Amino acid sequence: MDTIKIVLAGQPNVGKSMLINAMSGSNGLKVGNFSGVTVEKTELCFEHHCHMFEMVDLPGTYSIRGFSQEEKVAHDYLVNEDYDVIINVLDSTHLKRNLLLTLELLKLNKKMVVALNMADEAKKEGIEIDVKQIEKIIGVPVVLVSANTKEGVEELLEKVHEVADSHERIKSNILYSDAMEEEILAIESFLDQKGFALRDLSNREIAIRLLFEDKDIYKELHDEPIMMELQPIILKALQHLYTHHDTKNVQEIKANEYHAIARGIHLETVKCQRDRGKKSLTKQIDEVLINRYLGIPIFLFLMWGLFQLTFTLGAIPMDLIDGAIGTFGDWVGSNISNEFMRNVIVDGIIAGVGAVLLFLPNIIILYIGIALLETTGYMSRVAFLLDGFFHKFGLHGKSFIPLVTGFGCSVPAYMAARTLKSEKDRLITLFIIGFMSCGARLPIYVLFTGAFFGADKAGNILFLIYISGAMLGLVMAKILRVVVFKGEDEPFVMEMPKYRFPSFTLIWHTVYNNAKSYVKKAGTFILGASVLIWVLATYPNQPILEQEYQAKIEQSSKEEAKKLENQLKMKKLEMSYLGQIGKASEPFFEPLGFDWKMTVALETGLAAKEVVVSTLGVLYAIGDEVDENSNALARELKKNISFASAISFIVFVMIYLPCLAASMVFAKEAGGYKYLAYLFVFTTVTAWVFSFITYRILV
Amino acid sequence: MKLSELNKGDRAIIKKIDSSEDLKRRLASFGVVRGSELSVEACSIGKQTMEIMVDDTFIGLRAEEAEEIEVEKI
Ligand SMILES: Nc1nc2c(ncn2[C@@H]2O[C@H](COP(=O)(O)OP(=O)(O)O)[C@@H](O)[C@H]2O)c(=O)[nH]1
Ligand SMILES: [Mg+2]
Repeated sequence: MDTIKIVLAGQPNVGKSMLINAMSGSNGLKVGNFSGVTVEKTELCFEHHCHMFEMVDLPGTYSIRGFSQEEKVAHDYLVNEDYDVIINVLDSTHLKRNLLLTLELLKLNKKMVVALNMADEAKKEGIEIDVKQIEKIIGVPVVLVSANTKEGVEELLEKVHEVADSHERIKSNILYSDAMEEEILAIESFLDQKGFALRDLSNREIAIRLLFEDKDIYKELHDEPIMMELQPIILKALQHLYTHHDTKNVQEIKANEYHAIARGIHLETVKCQRDRGKKSLTKQIDEVLINRYLGIPIFLFLMWGLFQLTFTLGAIPMDLIDGAIGTFGDWVGSNISNEFMRNVIVDGIIAGVGAVLLFLPNIIILYIGIALLETTGYMSRVAFLLDGFFHKFGLHGKSFIPLVTGFGCSVPAYMAARTLKSEKDRLITLFIIGFMSCGARLPIYVLFTGAFFGADKAGNILFLIYISGAMLGLVMAKILRVVVFKGEDEPFVMEMPKYRFPSFTLIWHTVYNNAKSYVKKAGTFILGASVLIWVLATYPNQPILEQEYQAKIEQSSKEEAKKLENQLKMKKLEMSYLGQIGKASEPFFEPLGFDWKMTVALETGLAAKEVVVSTLGVLYAIGDEVDENSNALARELKKNISFASAISFIVFVMIYLPCLAASMVFAKEAGGYKYLAYLFVFTTVTAWVFSFITYRILV
Repeated sequence: MKLSELNKGDRAIIKKIDSSEDLKRRLASFGVVRGSELSVEACSIGKQTMEIMVDDTFIGLRAEEAEEIEVEKI
């Protein structure tokens, strides 16, 4: 079966992702997010008319010349990779602006189909588009589609087949300004007279590229004798263009020409019947949401609501899950006779993985919230509102997007930082994302606030923890900006997309994928870590010690025996590998008020933050006979840890290095392990200093 | 007159853009070029950022960037 490899290119928010879903329909065989070295693209395969369609969804680009990291990814892919057909997706309601990218894509000389998406919305707005006429002008097939209603999707697939199979291009009828056309003609006819030909380029195309000072064409023509005669003609032509456009900047001339073309096509092919006086819905909503005075209070209220929902609504299924895990553990335990196996599975695996699954509801709610912010178009407004404030701290309004994502999980947050164009803004943002406490740190906070503040105050303390983490992040950003990343700021220029009703499919996809990867992490990584920690806490065996105690226990009363047994467990733990590690690093943490158990918990947290709680569970569950549910653990903590140490511990957890997975992504996004080393030093030192201060004040 | 001097509700035509090449290209891809007509849709507190509309596209700008755009009020 033949494979057709298709690349989707288009400006942000034109509905590429949605269109891919619509095109593959229920035939989708494989959906996945691939994160290569720099390319973050979605690939998907499905079958249509006995052809395998392989689709690549590139990040949205306003222009093919990279401005942001994401655009560079798209540009490099389009220019260097091997593929069969480009589907250029346009938003029918913003045709003029979208055509600018189409004009650039046409210059790539690849097989291309243009999809005018959002046909349903265009119809609603009274926009009528003459598709045949556009086709005639730009010389590639054009299809009107709607990813929403699925109209035109089948036709689009047919067109892709046709284009992939055909070998000739229709001639395009794109006309530049009179001055430009005059000079193109002059150069073209000269080339014709000389009988010159280059690759598959027409002489008209060569002339256009020469006039736009395309570096590649000059390189190619550099050694050609014809260049000598050509030079004076080009010089004269450019002079003409300079006076016509009133500037000597060729890039600007090119932009002007493209705009004129796009405007021309728009005028010729689009009829709009919307009455001009009527305010669009987006305008009306903006009146309120980015109102000078109301905007920020509304935003804060929405964020507060989201966190409230995350914690209150999320708590409902939590009890159920907690109970189910407990029952499951007991049931499994009663069915395994081998004691060693039972311990590994029930105390190691089920306890460890269960502690993580418990927080799935919170994570899902948080992700729904973030996806809603994103798909409705509100996220850009928030960047707009906050830019002034963020800018004071050396950050960019757009930093808000990765930072908020950071409250969910640092991994997607690090990747979201790619929307920032300036390297420095991006690095500062990357460095402080960890200060936005991720979902996985939540269990630790819940455990400690519950134990030391009581249930009634815990909610407020939790909010305080998140807020002070964020504030500290901002201050650190300022310090980094002033001390390390000095220099120019990135300009803030951002499209405010139209407000849209969130699409259920799109949200479902994002949330489902995120939840799936969270569960997968619990089932693989955390499972492994739990077993490892259990092993480290159990071995090496201490036969001599055991014999000694066994003898004592046999001689003593029942009461005494119980005490001795606990003492034995404690001793064994202290002498285990885990105990040894903890003891070795204890001096470093002693000034902060941590004992070796807390030290070990922190260190295991480097693997994943969820593990901190399960480690504490293993280490402190000693005196307790029955179970290790969190209430019992909280009681144990309260008994063994002083208030000052506990708060100091929370502060350390707030600040120190994110989990292993996130650290790896950080290194990749920041551009090397060198940066990870910086991050390690930066966060550890900050965490240590702040914990130290906290402890000294409270103790 | 500079774009940053306009207020909410004002309309103007762009006369000149004095930004860096990169930024000019980004603005151009939004439809912000010499000769385009714009209207100011919103300003944040202290005019740190402003929202303008060009060709049905809404664009957020910081005051620093708005200062580099020369306009003529209509
Ligand atoms: N009405 C309508 N909305 C659409 C259509 N296609 C996409 N959308 C919406 O446009 C927004 C952006 O879509 P998305 O696929 O994320 O765009 P991308 O950034 O190009 O991948 C989402 O809110 C979609 O629900 C369409 O054909 N009609
Ligand atoms: Mg997309």
